[in-house]
Amino acid sequence: MSSANPELLLQIDHVSKRFPGVVALDDVSFDVRRGEVLGLLGENGAGKSTILKIISGAQLPDQGTIYWDGKPVSITSPQTAQSLGIVTIYQEFNLVPTLSVAENIFIGREPLHFGRFVDWKKMRADARAITQRIGLSIDPDAPVSELSVAEQQMVEIARALSIEARLIIMDEPTSALSGAEVDRLVGIVRTLRSQGVSVMFVTHRLEEAMTLCDRVTILRDGKLAANLNRDELAIPTFIEKMVGRAASNLYSRPTTRRQAGAVRLSIRGLKSVVTAEKQRGVVLKGIDLDIRAGEILGIAGLVGAGRTELARAIFGADMKTADRFQIDGEDVTIRSPRDAMRYGIGLVPEDRKLQALFLQLAIRRNFSVASLDRFMRLGVFVDEAKEAAELQRFRTMMNVRMTGPDQLISNLSGGNQQKIVLSRWLSLDPKILIVDEPTRGIDIAAKAEVHEILDTLANRGIAVVVISSELPEVMAVADRIVTMREGRLTGEVAPEEATQEKLMSLMALDDATVKG
Amino acid sequence: MTDASRTMAAGGEAMMWKTIGRFAPLIFLLVLMLIFSILEPKFLNPTNLFNVMRQISITGLIALGMTFVILTAGIDLSVGSILAVSGMVAAAVAKGSLGNTLSLGEDEAVGYGPFAAMAASIAVGMFCGFIQGYGITWLKVPPFVVTLGGLSIFRGLTLWFSNGGPISGFESDYRWWGQGMVGPVPVPVIIFLVAAIVCHVVLRHTRYGRHVYAVGGNPEAARLSGLAVDRIIMSVYLIVGFFAGLAGFVLSARLNSSEAVAGIGYELTVIASVVIGGTSLFGGAGSIAGTVVGATLIGVLVNGLVLNNVSSYIQSVVIGLIIITAVAFDRFVKTRKRA
Repeated sequence: MSSANPELLLQIDHVSKRFPGVVALDDVSFDVRRGEVLGLLGENGAGKSTILKIISGAQLPDQGTIYWDGKPVSITSPQTAQSLGIVTIYQEFNLVPTLSVAENIFIGREPLHFGRFVDWKKMRADARAITQRIGLSIDPDAPVSELSVAEQQMVEIARALSIEARLIIMDEPTSALSGAEVDRLVGIVRTLRSQGVSVMFVTHRLEEAMTLCDRVTILRDGKLAANLNRDELAIPTFIEKMVGRAASNLYSRPTTRRQAGAVRLSIRGLKSVVTAEKQRGVVLKGIDLDIRAGEILGIAGLVGAGRTELARAIFGADMKTADRFQIDGEDVTIRSPRDAMRYGIGLVPEDRKLQALFLQLAIRRNFSVASLDRFMRLGVFVDEAKEAAELQRFRTMMNVRMTGPDQLISNLSGGNQQKIVLSRWLSLDPKILIVDEPTRGIDIAAKAEVHEILDTLANRGIAVVVISSELPEVMAVADRIVTMREGRLTGEVAPEEATQEKLMSLMALDDATVKG
Repeated sequence: MTDASRTMAAGGEAMMWKTIGRFAPLIFLLVLMLIFSILEPKFLNPTNLFNVMRQISITGLIALGMTFVILTAGIDLSVGSILAVSGMVAAAVAKGSLGNTLSLGEDEAVGYGPFAAMAASIAVGMFCGFIQGYGITWLKVPPFVVTLGGLSIFRGLTLWFSNGGPISGFESDYRWWGQGMVGPVPVPVIIFLVAAIVCHVVLRHTRYGRHVYAVGGNPEAARLSGLAVDRIIMSVYLIVGFFAGLAGFVLSARLNSSEAVAGIGYELTVIASVVIGGTSLFGGAGSIAGTVVGATLIGVLVNGLVLNNVSSYIQSVVIGLIIITAVAFDRFVKTRKRA
């Protein structure tokens, strides 16, 4: 293994890492070649983040050797990794929002006049040159806080290039991007590859691994599950190696389609209210929509199409106006989430950590925060026994893996956290439940479970609205799919007629070409 | 599978650190008491211990309210000034006028008695809290700024109202609230402990308490869970105003005088008590029990240093160091728990 193969940039040779009582990595070997894109796949807890930390210098391996350019190296700190030419771009970007693009690219390495004063002219010019190298045209003086998530990611990549990175590691780089932005990132990664830069790409999205990667390494339970070459890449193989069993179909439909009931929510002419504080962002421009009892309505759209804004407007989280807003045939006014809840509407928001979870608090408190009224004694005291019993009921129903009600929610996996958030709403017996990105950041097994739960809810007569960036998910779960683009509905498709191409054309093309 | 086994295995050590982290202030308090009792046997004398408790009862009361505020990730810098203004109003009500009269006795009894004074004092405190809560929730000015303004405004009002001087000399039934004893226990200590128990029950066992933690832990998630976030934030400033008002009354009773300069710098002791007790300045984590321990710790420290003839200038230094140590230790434990 240590024999110098000039093609190999990075070799991970029989690396193991133990934490007290657990083996996070067990004898893992793989390599990254010059100018290739290597995909790193694995379910949550498979050891992906541990290997990333080891390569980027945040942790040291207990056993095994890392070779860089054929020579054994010890990556003891992120600085060491950087001096070798390894740059890691995490999901949470490492940018200073108030500083400009150029300042962020050259932070800590600003070009100087007389060794003291920042040479702004050179810094701008260099920043422009680097961003052009990845085909990006942004103003080097723009503050990073004004950029979109995708553009911020480009700034991270530009910074990596400015320090002559030879290996760029990207952790879930596409999870926050829309379809068009993903395409652009794919283009940039290909450009980097052609310039001889290697890219290691960690992702949950198998389709992307398929289109983008030259080779794929798959981890499972801390062990190497497979090193696949170009000609061995296939989504069924990925799934099989990741879960350790042949998965017949990633998104199989849990049951047959339902007959929808009466119209629960009827909306005409729903528009966002644009305030001085909220000038930026997506604006809803007149939405007409009916949502029926006992159906799962899927809303598909690219990031920025207004899916989340529609959910938030219905739920009263953002200001809106509407010509008609009726629940069960009666006009209602919803100005806040409290109002929405009074009418039996629930929202499982898009960003679990920021919008749904109380990370310092126990599972119990996360579960009951919205429904404490149901667990009261003497009008003011929380009946903890009743609360725990109710939580236990949902725990059994949803197969939540947890040690007890007083465990911290931050210790649960993403899938189990999501089940607790779902329980929070279900304990309120909602009539309408909106679920925004139900399975974001959740591993495959838990995704299927969440889909089953949504299906059960619709069978019970709840009107379920599912918003998802993953078209296969929408197609598998929904009884009816509507597409959105630029704050408008652009079409409605029955799932048996839906194909990714058809939906994508409704989501991405001009109104002129598609009549919605 | 690996997630589960990892949680289980790391559980032992993490659990140990969790326990240490939770009881650290208490352990530190007991160690401090042990050291002082060896250095100066008088320290453990019940009279001395009750004396310590009486000394902390004023700032301790306010610290109970401050715990609510800090749990919502807020802060109230104005408590010393609220204490002064409400104590002054209490005195004026008890006296029936603003006159700086030192006379006592039946012939001069034109005031309204201690209960009216207490009620007025609390009402003024809560009114101050309401004004500040309004600024924070409606005008969206950060709590630090609003209460920094309040610190100045309420002090100025007190000085203006009292013309800078004290109002002194109360009836014995008024003084009882600050100087009286029930058996061996000073009345302010009883007030403090009863209030602490009530606050503990409210935070720990009521729906309202749960909501306070939720709003502090993640205000956006709290709003999307249907909580009336602004109302809850308003309520904590009313609560701290209540306690600052009550403390103003008790202090004036204890000193037999309402001073326009009373309570200057109290916000530091109060916030220190809460923070040493383990309540996070970022909100969502902390407890009344911690605050009681934190307040007691400061009291014991001051008393022990005095008994050992340490300069009062140095006491200030020691308290400062302990605040930083407590938070640093808390950070250390948190990183351990995660590893």
